[in-house]
Amino acid sequence: MSRDLILRVIGKLLIPFILLFAVYVQFHGDFGPGGGFQAGVILAAAIVFYALIFGLENARQVVPDWLVETMLACGVLIYAGVGLAGIFLGGNYLDYFVLDHDAIHGQHRGIFWVEVGVAVTVSGVMLKIFYMFASRGNLNGPEDY
Amino acid sequence: MLDHFSYIITVFLMVSGLYIVMARGNLIKKLIGLSIFQTSVYLLYIVPAKLVGGTAPIISPQFSVYSNPLPHVLILTAIVVGVATMALGLALAVRIREAYGSIEEDEITRLDNAAEQAETR
Amino acid sequence: MSLLAHAPALQVVLPLVSAPLAVLLRHRNAAFAVVTAGAWAAFAAAIALWLQVGESGVISYHIGNWAPPWGIEYRVDRLTSFVLLLVSGMASIVLPYSRASIEREIPRELHYLYYAMFGLCLTGLLGMTITGDAFNIFVFLEISSLSTYVLIGLGRDRRALSASYRYLIMGSIGATFIVLGIGFLYLMTGTLNLADMAVRIRDIESSRPVLAALAFLTVGISLKVALFPLHQWLPNAYTYAPSAVTAFLAATATKVSVYVLIRFYFSVFGESLVFAKLPLPEIMLLLSLLGMFAANFIAIFQDNLKRLFAYSSVGQIGYITLGLSFDSFNGLAASIVHLFNHGIAKGAIFLLIGGIVAAGAKAGTGPLPLSFDRLAGLSRRMPLTCFGIVIAGLSLIGVPGTAGFVSKWYLILAAMDKGQWWLVAAILASSLLAVAYVWRFVEAAYFRPAADEVRREAPLSMLLPAWLLVLGSIWFGLDTSVTLGSALDAAQHLIGSKP
Repeated sequence: MSRDLILRVIGKLLIPFILLFAVYVQFHGDFGPGGGFQAGVILAAAIVFYALIFGLENARQVVPDWLVETMLACGVLIYAGVGLAGIFLGGNYLDYFVLDHDAIHGQHRGIFWVEVGVAVTVSGVMLKIFYMFASRGNLNGPEDY
Repeated sequence: MLDHFSYIITVFLMVSGLYIVMARGNLIKKLIGLSIFQTSVYLLYIVPAKLVGGTAPIISPQFSVYSNPLPHVLILTAIVVGVATMALGLALAVRIREAYGSIEEDEITRLDNAAEQAETR
Repeated sequence: MSLLAHAPALQVVLPLVSAPLAVLLRHRNAAFAVVTAGAWAAFAAAIALWLQVGESGVISYHIGNWAPPWGIEYRVDRLTSFVLLLVSGMASIVLPYSRASIEREIPRELHYLYYAMFGLCLTGLLGMTITGDAFNIFVFLEISSLSTYVLIGLGRDRRALSASYRYLIMGSIGATFIVLGIGFLYLMTGTLNLADMAVRIRDIESSRPVLAALAFLTVGISLKVALFPLHQWLPNAYTYAPSAVTAFLAATATKVSVYVLIRFYFSVFGESLVFAKLPLPEIMLLLSLLGMFAANFIAIFQDNLKRLFAYSSVGQIGYITLGLSFDSFNGLAASIVHLFNHGIAKGAIFLLIGGIVAAGAKAGTGPLPLSFDRLAGLSRRMPLTCFGIVIAGLSLIGVPGTAGFVSKWYLILAAMDKGQWWLVAAILASSLLAVAYVWRFVEAAYFRPAADEVRREAPLSMLLPAWLLVLGSIWFGLDTSVTLGSALDAAQHLIGSKP
């Protein structure tokens, strides 16, 4: 892959913007189409893109396996944590109304953290799936399939 | 007839997907069929939820007609489930290929039966 | 007190949280501790709910404080709490057992993933049971199914992989049928809340989409239940899955699916639609009888002990659906109580079989020492294990004094209510088939000469949970106040009147 100069240059140029776009989709989810799921996939896509150009081993140094597993566990915990916070603040499970001084702000805060959890888990899962499949070598070469 | 073309497409996808799952012996092709089959359900939910001229349900003074958001959310969930099923199915296919050296169902069944006979002997 | 009010949510959330924690901790002992704690907490919540329902009737919990039918509602009635008890109780017993069991069946570096998947599977099963929202049922069904496919695929034999794949295809088709059915219902009623749906469906009962929904749901759920002709995925999945997984699945997964079927039939569509206007009882009666006879008959000729009892599970499912097909108070009560009684008996048997596998692995006799030749004279080597299997087997047959007798007795009562004596004969005849396959084990273990007579029992941490269930299947045969009491209450709640 090291000879593909155009790919490498374009990749280096694009990946920061893909990451930025993921953040935009994440935080614009309150006001328009977007949200954690899409943002998480875009985030993972940036890493997958990096892995395709610079090789899987380099990508694994940027985002190591333990980080991926931590991400997919932490996202679910953040989501469930928001739900449990509702209980501790005197509401029901996943009750956003009690998360802040008034109901509207509570809704904002609740959905914000839930979307963070979703984004973290989704990008973690997508990367995990990618790593798992990409790291499997061919048994007898490609012509065997 | 033409009023219901979306349902006709739904039924076509459903039946063809199910047919592929049953008729094909290749594990990957089966998964493709399964995916098509699941896609038909997405269509079934989404089509009645979309209103002509309706917009995304974010309240704004400029719009008065909104599409029903609930089916869209449900299908987003169903798509995620579909992706997870697909990923798991493909992962199993990879492992089966590593363990059996084949992803043809006939071949796998043959090897399984041979192993069973070896056990009972 | 405040925590008690949130028991319905905690019931599902605690096992759910335990799964990612297990992944995060990575160490197998820590993962074991977390997931077991989650399961025990869920069991405690289930007990609390069971007591609460007994005192104050139906509990409704609004997730996110959105009132139903807009928000998702968790709804606990007699039947729900009974099934919750079974599922979380089985998980609490199987998890401590699995620590020693998977040591010999799953590579060590995968143990934490096993516990995480177990936690997720438990979450899915509990969620399916407790939720009052139709689409939520599908989501939890898929959570439990996907983790189940992984758990089965963890088996040592490579056939575990193909069994898991086959189950994935069949299970996904079943789940998609269920979403289709729910989709039709949603299109016709405009609601996903089961209670609300039940009210709105009255006006459009005989419309074609509703009947199509009923058909799709019946076929889809029957796939997950493993009703006779749709059981193909079950024998291999049970045979090649790790022993602890087999025990948990056999005791809970199909049972929760039966619960969902009961929920849709009696709480949503209503018995007048399902049983009076359509030929569904006749079809179900036929399939149940086929299952009872064909599957039990096939079981007799199996050479692998685990597969023998897997086929027996298909046959036992036949008894449960037979009770449903009667559409009577006693029939429904028999189904519900058999869910529980069969669950603990079959759970005990598969746990004990796991002990045989573990002892065999320790002695280094190679994988799966479960063919009948290898079992010869087993009672001298593993007396406690064999005796346990025999007692639980008696419960499968339905011998008086065991739990299985209670459910069979009510099935026979229901058949006599209908005046169908030939059905009574059929139930007794199929029990004879059960005698035959249990006898095969007895004959091999007790009456054949042993190759060696060295006593080599399974480890205590595996024997204790298994024997707890064995004793349970005797206890619930003698003291039926919890099981039968709940089942009668639940049946009354669902059907409305005592005969």
